[in-house]
Amino acid sequence: MDSIKRAVNSFGLPRVIILAFFVFLLGMAAFYDLGIPALLGDVIRRWGMFGILVLAMVPAIQSGIGPNFGVSIGIIGGLLGSLISIEMRDMGYFEATANPEVVSVIIALIFAIVFAGIFGFLYGLLLNRVKGSEMVVSTYVGFSMVALFNIMWLLLPFRSGTSIWPIAGEGLRTTISLADDFGGVFNDLLAFELGDMSVPTGLLLVFFLCCFLVWLFTQSRIGMMMRAAGSNPNFARAAGINVNKMRVLGTTLSTILGGIGIVAFAQSFGFLQLYNAPLMMGFTVVASVLVGGASVVNARIFNVLLGTFLFQGILTVAIPVANQMVPEGNLSEILRMIISNGIILYALSKSREATR
Amino acid sequence: MSEEFVLELENISKEYSGNPVLKNVSLSVKPGEIYALIGENGAGKSTLMNILFGMSVIHETGGFTGKVKIGGQEAKFTSPADAMLAGIGMVHQEFMLIPGFTIVENIKVGREETLPTIASRVFGKSLERLDTERMAADARKALDAIGMDINEFTRVAGLPVGYMQFVEIAREIDKENLKLLVFDEPTAVLTESEAEQLLSVMQSLSDKGIAIIFITHRLSEVMAVARRMTVLRDGEVVASKPIAQTDVVEIAELMVGRRIEKLVDDESRSVAPDENAEIAVKVRDLFVDMPGEMVKGVDLDIRKGEIFGIGGLAGQGKVGIPNGIMGMSPASGTVEVFGEKVTFSKLGDALSKGVSFVSEDRRGVGLLIGESIAHNIIFNTMTVKGGFLGLGKIISHHQVRAHAQSMIELLDIRCVGGSQRVGSLSGGNQQKVCLAAALTLKPRLLIVSEPTRGIDIGAKKLIMEYLTKLRNEEGLTIIMVSSELAELRSVCDRIAIVSEGKVSSILPPEAPDADFGLAMSAVGSKEVE
Repeated sequence: MDSIKRAVNSFGLPRVIILAFFVFLLGMAAFYDLGIPALLGDVIRRWGMFGILVLAMVPAIQSGIGPNFGVSIGIIGGLLGSLISIEMRDMGYFEATANPEVVSVIIALIFAIVFAGIFGFLYGLLLNRVKGSEMVVSTYVGFSMVALFNIMWLLLPFRSGTSIWPIAGEGLRTTISLADDFGGVFNDLLAFELGDMSVPTGLLLVFFLCCFLVWLFTQSRIGMMMRAAGSNPNFARAAGINVNKMRVLGTTLSTILGGIGIVAFAQSFGFLQLYNAPLMMGFTVVASVLVGGASVVNARIFNVLLGTFLFQGILTVAIPVANQMVPEGNLSEILRMIISNGIILYALSKSREATR
Repeated sequence: MSEEFVLELENISKEYSGNPVLKNVSLSVKPGEIYALIGENGAGKSTLMNILFGMSVIHETGGFTGKVKIGGQEAKFTSPADAMLAGIGMVHQEFMLIPGFTIVENIKVGREETLPTIASRVFGKSLERLDTERMAADARKALDAIGMDINEFTRVAGLPVGYMQFVEIAREIDKENLKLLVFDEPTAVLTESEAEQLLSVMQSLSDKGIAIIFITHRLSEVMAVARRMTVLRDGEVVASKPIAQTDVVEIAELMVGRRIEKLVDDESRSVAPDENAEIAVKVRDLFVDMPGEMVKGVDLDIRKGEIFGIGGLAGQGKVGIPNGIMGMSPASGTVEVFGEKVTFSKLGDALSKGVSFVSEDRRGVGLLIGESIAHNIIFNTMTVKGGFLGLGKIISHHQVRAHAQSMIELLDIRCVGGSQRVGSLSGGNQQKVCLAAALTLKPRLLIVSEPTRGIDIGAKKLIMEYLTKLRNEEGLTIIMVSSELAELRSVCDRIAIVSEGKVSSILPPEAPDADFGLAMSAVGSKEVE
C-alpha cells in the first residue's frame, strides 16, 4: 500500500486522475465502436504535432519567465519562414535539387529560426521590464503580435500563387496548402501502419531529437546557469550570473522552438494557418505542459512528453465520444474549450507546488 | 500590591517551541520614571514588549507564564488595542505613519474629533463631520509639549526622519490617559542633535508623570536620562539597579557576559599570523547600501592566514560588509584581495578573484533549494571556473558524483546521497552544503556570514573545527561575520566590532567583556578613559 502511495505521489495525483480519464474515454470509444487503433494513431500524430510547441515552454519556465503564453510570437516567426520557403519554391530555386520537399522544409526552418530568434530577443528584453507579471504581459504581447501580423499578412510583398488570394491578387490567404511544398515530409518519413493505426515515425523522431537537444542544453554550463537564474535569481547573482541575460536567452530559445514547432505542426496538418489561428495556441501548449506536471517555476522534458500525450489524447478521443453521446450542435468545440481552459485554471491554482 | 508602580511584570517566562526565551523576568516601573531596558540582540527585549502589548504572536505560540500588572491591577491584554486603552503607548523603530496625511491627521487618525451632521443623526456616528479646528488645537498642544515648532498641517511625506519620530511621540502623548510610553531604539535613526532633543523630550514627559521604558544599546544615553535599568541576557535578568550605582563599563560587561562555549582547541591560536604578516584583504572607505545593514565607511586590514571576526549588533552593518564585497548590494570604496582590486559593479568579480562567500541567507541566496546536493556543491565552480564539464562542455555527472561524495564524507553531511534535494536537508546540513560549495571553488579568501545561524551545536562545532583546520593546514584566510560574540571569541584571531556602519574597535578575543560591550554600544573605548 505504501509503495503504491509513493508511486502515486511521485507521479502526481492530478496526472493519475487524468490518465484514468483517458483510459475511461478509450473504454467509451470502444463501447461506441469508434475504432480504437485509428484513434490511437491520431493521438500519436497529434502528440508529435504539438510536441515541439509544448517543448518551447521548457526554456521559458526554466529561465524564470514562467509559461510562455506569447509562444504565438515564435509561431509568427515560423509562419514567415514557411512563407519565404513557399515563395522561393515558386521562384524555382528548389527544382534543381534532388529532394525539393526536404530542401523546402530546411529553408523554412532556417528562416523560422532567424525570425523567431529576432522576435524572441526583443520579446525577452521587454519581459525583463515587467518582472513579476510575465504571464499576463506575455499573453497580451502574443495577442498584439497576432493583431499586428493580421495587417502584415495583407501588406507583406509575397507573390506566390499558392499563398495569395487568387482573385484579389494580393494579400495572403487564411489557409495555405502545403501540398506542393513540405506537407507531410516528416510524417511520411519511415511511416508505417499497424493495422488501422498509422505511425508518423519521422515526425516523432524530429520531436524526440528536439527534446534531446533541449535536454543536452540544460546539462551544459550555460544551461545550468539559465536554470539557476530562473529558480533562484539571488543565488545566481551571488554566483556572478547576469540574470537578465539568462532570461533573454530562455525567452529567445522558447520563441525559436515555437517557430520550429509550427513548421513541424504545419507539415503534419498540411496547411499553414495565418491571421487569428495562432491567437489561442499559447493556451493550448501551456495547458499541455502543466498537465504533464510542470509548474510555473519548474518544467522538465518529461512533463512535455507526458503532458502533450495526455492533453492531446483526451481531446482526440473525447470529441468523437462526446459527439456520439450528444449528437446535436458543436459540442466538441465547447468541450475542447472547457477542457483546455479548465486544465489551465487548475494547473495555475497549483502552480507553486512543483511536482516531480 | 501597592499603587506606587505604574507597571509591574512578575516572573514572566516564555518559550517558543521548547526554547526558553524569557526566564522569570520581573521588573517594575514607577510613574514618571525613565527605565532603561538593555540587552544584546536575542536577549528577549522584544519578546518582553510583545507580551506587554498582548501581541498575537505570543498567544499563537502558547502564551506565557507570569503576571502583567498595570497600576496594581492584573491586566490580560489580548491585543495591542487593549494595551492602548490601558494607557500604554509605543514609539516604534519603524515609523507607523501615513505619508500622504498631514501631521494633524496622523496624530488623530482613529481618534478623530467630530461634529454631528444631519446624516449622522440618521445613520449614526460614523457619518459625523471632522472637527478640524479642535483636532488641530490638540495636535498643536502635543507638538508644543515636545518643543516641535512646525506647521501642524504639513504633510508627513518628505519630513526629515527626526521629525517623523517626533510626530510619533506627539501622537502617543495626545492620548489622554497615557501612563507608560515605550521607546524602542528611538535614537537609532536620529542625528546627534535630534537625539539630544529627544532625550530632553523624554525628560519633560517624565516630569509630567509619564513613565518611560527606554530600549536602547547606546549606553551613554542611558546614563544621561534613565533612573533605573535592567540588563537582560539570554532571557534572564542579570542585573537590575539604579543608574546612580553603576557605570558604563559595568553595564557593558553585564550585557555581554562571558559565556563559556569552547568550540575549538586553544592550540590553533599559536598559528595566528603576527603583525608583520602579508596583508590579504585591504578594505578602504567601504560604503554599502544594504537595506537594514548600511555600511558607512569601513577600513580593515586582514592578514594572510588569519581568522578575522566581524561582530556587532543586528542592523549595525556587519552583514553589509561581505555583501558589498561580493557585489550583492551597491557598494563604493576600495577592496583589494591579495593586491587585486575588486570591481563591485562587475557581477561575480570577487568570485573570480578567489573569494568564496557563504551567505547568511541560506535558502534565499546560498542554495538552489530545488536542486540536488551534488549540483549545489559544484555549481559555482562550474560556472566560474568551468570545472566538472566533460565531453562537449556538457556537465560530467561522473565527476560531479565523485566530488559530491567526497565532500559529503569530509563534512559529514547527513543525507541519502548526492542526488538528494537540498531542500529536504536540515539547516545544519544545508549549511555544510553551502560550505562545501564555497570550498570546492578552492578560494584564497573565504567569507562566512552567520555560519551557525539556526543550526545545532554538533554541526556548529564541526564547522568551526573544519574552518580552523583549513586555516592551520592550508593557510586559508577566513573572514567570519557573526552575531554571536561568544562564537567569534572562540575561533577568531582578531574581532572587529561594527557599530552604526563603522568599525568601532578591533579587539583580541581575550579582551575583557566590558570592551566588547562598549564597542557594541557605540561608546568608543577612548571616551571611557
